[in-house]
Amino acid sequence: MRHYSVFAIVKEAMGYHQGWERAWRNPTPKAHYDAIIIGAGGHGLATAYYLGKNFGITNVAVIEKGWLGGGNTGRNTTIIRSNYLQDPSAAIYEKSRSLYETLSQDLNYNIMFSPRGVIMLAQTEHEKRGYLRTAHANSLQGVETRFITPREVKELCPIIHLEGPRYPVLGGLWQARGGTARHDAVAWGYARACSAMGMDIIQQCEVTAIHRENGTVSAIETTKGRIGCNKLGIVVAGHSSHVADMAGFRLPIESVALQALVSEPIKPCMDVVVMANTVHGYMSQSDKGEMVIGGGADGYNNYTQRGSFQHIEETVRALVETFPMISRLKMLRQWGGIVDMTGDRSPIISKTPVENCFINCGWGTGGFKAIPGSGWAMAELMAKGHSPLADEFGLNRFREGRFIDESVAAGVAH
Amino acid sequence: MSHRLPQGGRLIDKTRTVSFTFNGQKMRGVAGDTLASALLAEDQMLVGRSFKYHRPRGIMASGAEEPNALVGLGRDARFEPNQRVTTTELFEGLEAQSQNHWPSLETDIGVVNNYLARFLPAGFYYKTFIHPRPFWKYVFEPIIRQSAGLGKAPKDRDADRYEHFYAHVDLLIIGGGIAGLQAALAAGKLGKRVLLIEQTAHWGGRAPVDGIELGGKSADAWIAATVAALGKMKNVTLRNRTMGAGVYDHGYALAYERVTDHAPMVDGPRHRLWRIRAARIITATGAIERPLSFAGNDIPGVMLASALRDYIVNYGVAAGKCIVIATNNDDGYRSALVAKEAGLEVAAVIDPRPAATGDLIEAARSAGIPIKQGMAIAEAQGGKRVTGVKICAQDSDGSTGEVIACDAVGMSGGWSPVVHLWSHCGGKLIWDAAQACFRPDPARPPLSHDGEGFVFAAGAADGHATAAAALASANAAVGAATGHAITTRLPKVAEAVMGDLAPIWIMPARANIQKRAKMWLDFQNDVKVSDVQLAAREGYESVEHTKRYTTLGMATDQGKLSNINGLAVLADALQAEIPAVGTTTFRPPYTPISMGAIAGEARGDIFQPLRRTPMFDWHVAQGADFEPVGQWRRPYCYPRVGEDRHAAVTREINATRGALGLLDASTLGKIIVKGPDAGRFMDMLYTNMMSTLKPGRCRYGLMCNENGFLMDDGVVARLDEDTFLVHTTTGGADHIHAHMEDWLQCEWWDFKVYTANVTERWAQVAVVGPKARKLLEKLGSDTDLSAEALPFMAWTDAKIGGFEARVFRISFSGELSFEIAVPASQGLEFWETLIEAGAEWNITPYGTEALHVMRAEKGFIMIGDETDGTVIPQDLGLDWAISKKKEDYLGKRAQARSFMDNPDRWKLVGLETLDGGVLPDGAYVIRAGRNANGQNNVQGRVTSTYYSPTLDRGIAMALIHNGPDRMGEVVNLTDGKGGQIKARICSTIFFDPEGEKQNV
Ligand SMILES: Cc1cc2nc3c(=O)[nH]c(=O)nc-3n(C[C@H](O)[C@H](O)[C@H](O)COP(=O)(O)OP(=O)(O)OC[C@H]3O[C@@H](n4cnc5c(N)ncnc54)[C@H](O)[C@@H]3O)c2cc1C
Repeated sequence: MRHYSVFAIVKEAMGYHQGWERAWRNPTPKAHYDAIIIGAGGHGLATAYYLGKNFGITNVAVIEKGWLGGGNTGRNTTIIRSNYLQDPSAAIYEKSRSLYETLSQDLNYNIMFSPRGVIMLAQTEHEKRGYLRTAHANSLQGVETRFITPREVKELCPIIHLEGPRYPVLGGLWQARGGTARHDAVAWGYARACSAMGMDIIQQCEVTAIHRENGTVSAIETTKGRIGCNKLGIVVAGHSSHVADMAGFRLPIESVALQALVSEPIKPCMDVVVMANTVHGYMSQSDKGEMVIGGGADGYNNYTQRGSFQHIEETVRALVETFPMISRLKMLRQWGGIVDMTGDRSPIISKTPVENCFINCGWGTGGFKAIPGSGWAMAELMAKGHSPLADEFGLNRFREGRFIDESVAAGVAH
Repeated sequence: MSHRLPQGGRLIDKTRTVSFTFNGQKMRGVAGDTLASALLAEDQMLVGRSFKYHRPRGIMASGAEEPNALVGLGRDARFEPNQRVTTTELFEGLEAQSQNHWPSLETDIGVVNNYLARFLPAGFYYKTFIHPRPFWKYVFEPIIRQSAGLGKAPKDRDADRYEHFYAHVDLLIIGGGIAGLQAALAAGKLGKRVLLIEQTAHWGGRAPVDGIELGGKSADAWIAATVAALGKMKNVTLRNRTMGAGVYDHGYALAYERVTDHAPMVDGPRHRLWRIRAARIITATGAIERPLSFAGNDIPGVMLASALRDYIVNYGVAAGKCIVIATNNDDGYRSALVAKEAGLEVAAVIDPRPAATGDLIEAARSAGIPIKQGMAIAEAQGGKRVTGVKICAQDSDGSTGEVIACDAVGMSGGWSPVVHLWSHCGGKLIWDAAQACFRPDPARPPLSHDGEGFVFAAGAADGHATAAAALASANAAVGAATGHAITTRLPKVAEAVMGDLAPIWIMPARANIQKRAKMWLDFQNDVKVSDVQLAAREGYESVEHTKRYTTLGMATDQGKLSNINGLAVLADALQAEIPAVGTTTFRPPYTPISMGAIAGEARGDIFQPLRRTPMFDWHVAQGADFEPVGQWRRPYCYPRVGEDRHAAVTREINATRGALGLLDASTLGKIIVKGPDAGRFMDMLYTNMMSTLKPGRCRYGLMCNENGFLMDDGVVARLDEDTFLVHTTTGGADHIHAHMEDWLQCEWWDFKVYTANVTERWAQVAVVGPKARKLLEKLGSDTDLSAEALPFMAWTDAKIGGFEARVFRISFSGELSFEIAVPASQGLEFWETLIEAGAEWNITPYGTEALHVMRAEKGFIMIGDETDGTVIPQDLGLDWAISKKKEDYLGKRAQARSFMDNPDRWKLVGLETLDGGVLPDGAYVIRAGRNANGQNNVQGRVTSTYYSPTLDRGIAMALIHNGPDRMGEVVNLTDGKGGQIKARICSTIFFDPEGEKQNV
């Protein structure tokens, strides 16, 4: 792998950048791999990466039906935080956040992790008590958060309107080390590092069947033919139910559209990420200058990657109330992704009824922030059969009623 | 130099001058100008700076596709960044500022990026700024942020208004060019309800500029006659300045009307968002000309050939005195001819096609325009304006060639149909090789709920290059959309016959890398041919990867000019066919629409409707301190002069427990459940048995969701055999009603039950305290309210003090308490009557905080405090409210799951601090040691904590692991500041455990 650095750029500039090599290879699939990951989203790629890095398993293929990073990994609003309420969540999200801090260096790819800080606004007494509780929980979980006053909120985010006629800002839960990263770069950086370890990332290759022998996974059928494997990881987010069906088991997952939008770019006016859960919207400003905005998910299941405009209206309305200056900005683009929602709004990282077949899904509206941690845990689970970070997120929790409910802490879980 | 021509300009009125300012400098245009034409008339070639390299940029286009010429408009509360000058109609006093430069437009420091461009290719930032790690946050990113962004952020609250319109039509026609007009005519004659929208202020689109004759008349005449005819049809609505913004599922479409942007002095909303339900949609959105890629194609003065022609014909403005046209198709010659006719010098038409012939080429030749066939522009020269072009053979590397001096260049790379709206909802495209463009594939349209296509394309948007074909396709589209044979006549068309375009994207064909690094594809974002080729080389081969890696097509114009050219370059680099590479996804809106318009009128006071109880104004008059509870405002307390919240709450509680308090409980949810199966339904809804409740009696009940978790509680009253009145929490009313309907409509549709949310029909007052009955007796009741006649948990109709009322003997405070409901219209009067009559007992209105404290003193749970969606009734010691007899209820099966069924859980207890202090909200109970993930262990948490005036110390409730078995144990809790507090586990009932006060 060619090392990226400012020196490499200067050197290549002399030849008008005609000497750069491919970031990842474009291989044809081999007949058999030690491990196959279905889905080259962030979670799938990170799983492959840590299989190689932490466990030396590099005879790995990542199979992607479209282009890598083209699912929700390339559609999200890139909020990274770990101020979750429940212990298992805080553990994996904090692991993930801390991996993000050094990810650019690990991957030698600038993923632009920007710990600009995240505020979750408290706009009712009830919400305020909820965030106070989260702050207490976080203090025991080793997650640095603090409940801040309205004045501090205003100092961190001058464009905010504290005295909204409906929901005045009563304070906020502040995680200074939360922030954003460049979503595509996360996928690309992992892909490049995986490819450099000799792993095959096979794009434009849809998995159409999963073969089993005596209850153990043996191979997958794809649009590029049959590929054998010892172990299989299904990491396909919104399409999890569909792929699990190929392996013959059902998932407690609903797939719904979640939308986001950006404004036209403007000069920097907002350095932090603000989430307003009572009114249902959140906003940050990208390095390009666009205001990046998201809100609630659709109320019905579908696979269209669109969504109803009504949600855009609700979100924008909420944010115009919270940040009145955006009223004269323009919406540049809206889009949607299909998110995989579990009943308790927490992910599934689990063994499955099929031996040697593992699943990682259910990240729903908030899994971008979890990519490194999830990959870390999933790789450990696949390599060793269990992982402390993943153990609580098993499928059996639905059967037992052992939920890890995060909707408690935030109406909008991003 | 660009200038106003002595003649011409079909859209302007030269007799009316309009003054405006650009960067503070006074300028003059005329009525009918756009800001773009007015700037050009004033020879303002330099209008802005590009995003990345801060290169000087001028006006490139004449419409919505403009990538370069964006300005900030207006000031203060009416300032708006990033407005395209090409779609800004000029008005008196307009103020515009150019963007993205410092210190000024002419001298911009940021232009160093231009000189460093070689070191800043596509995606350079992914490869650097990696070390040292803290530098990204503290050094690199702040610099990048500052230099990115375009316009300035607005600072003030928007002074304008916005609104929404709704329309339901048979046919929505988007685009008021000749195809759209013809389609409207055809559909109008069929009697269909038609809405025809056009984004500009003018009807007719390009036809008048292109010199086409319709029905033996000028295009202008035909358009005027057609618009007049449509105006007479009652079933047809015409709206200009209204852009089709998006097409969504099931025929939902959005249109964006710029109502007063062109006339800010006129009263009215600035923008209007149309939410349209259309059975069928026709997109007659025209086509957009593509630029050509040659070195220096971004220098001010280089523009689309069609734009050059638009400015001459529509506004009487010439982009230069000496023009060069570069074109790979015949239409480019139109621009040359128009320029020539306007008296400008046309120095050359440069046509890479070796031997093209056609009407327009012949016309140009006979007009004496030099035509250079098989030739290309090797580079455009100039800095802040173009000064000439170096030309060479197309089939060369462009290293040598003659220079032709000129001050404007028009370029035409062919036309791309505007397929955005067709594509928004899943319409697919086919590649039209002859015209080198994507056009709608009629076999794969967006599908509606019925599986039928609901969008049809017409005119240039459907890939028709001639007016005759465009008009015919309009009739055909109406026919296909309506299923009717169309008999509406088509006008006879006289237009030039045109030859084929050559799919030439790069000039010259063998341009070297230095040249390719100066050929712009995406002008605003500074993406060049070399960048796309780099992306391909590095394996970012999917068109989406290329787009994201290079930022091609991600600017405010969303690639209207750059997409196809970029695709072509990518396809070439990958040695693939263009259709195999495919397009990126088209997403709404077509051009950016204001957030204000999306929000509509729902802002400020009507952002979310404020719900007020009938007594609201009384609370306000008393100086109540309100808190938002759902959409309601409820008094938190009623502080008197000099009192803080704490003092007020303490006084309210003491007065209530001591004598008499009054609570406005009107916000409490009230849902009627009625029907022969009401009892059966209630038994499924609640964990306890409700069907056995006797009319005249009340019962406290719990509602769980399918997962077994407690979701709401409240008192149910049975009104008669068939009718229950369900009380929910204030916050729960709406979603509990929805929950009921969900089950009734989706699962138990055979139940004969109706529900009605009557929350706002009733004003409800809790009369609370030892003197409560005395007060009611004083007012006089026609019904016996004694403990014997109306015991605890009974209700009765009564006439109290002349008010028809329903009286419930229920209590949430532990006091003797009557909750009395009167019709909402009488709520205020009733309340005032109670206040007046209660004066002798110092009747004290109390707010939500006193309510909370009093219920906590009694150990009553509060939904949202003791519950959080993870708590089951068993955790709260409410097993008694779970029927063992019922076969089923919502949550029963879930509660039988092993983890929930396990008695080893966090359970509700009371907590008292050792020093009498108040525990902090949200505190956790700590357990020694750490878990497998290194987190401190916990064994419980505080759910409610208050200062109790009654006991004069802190009280709390908490869920603690096996709590009820650990009475008296002292546990450690977080104090929120890094330390710990001790508290003792105790009963949840802190006050009057026997219920002596309430059951009198
Ligand atoms: C609008 C929006 C905003 C969001 N905002 C945030 C946020 O701010 N912060 C945050 O943390 N999270 C956010 N999320 C959630 C986050 O994007 C996702 O949780 C996360 O990206 C999921 O990553 P993934 O790798 O699991 O899935 P994906 O990136 O979707 O990857 C799954 C891959 O599987 C492939 N695949 C599917 N089926 C097959 C098959 N049969 N064969 C082969 N390949 C297949 C897909 O093509 C896809 O590439 C947001 C999501 C959306 C939609």
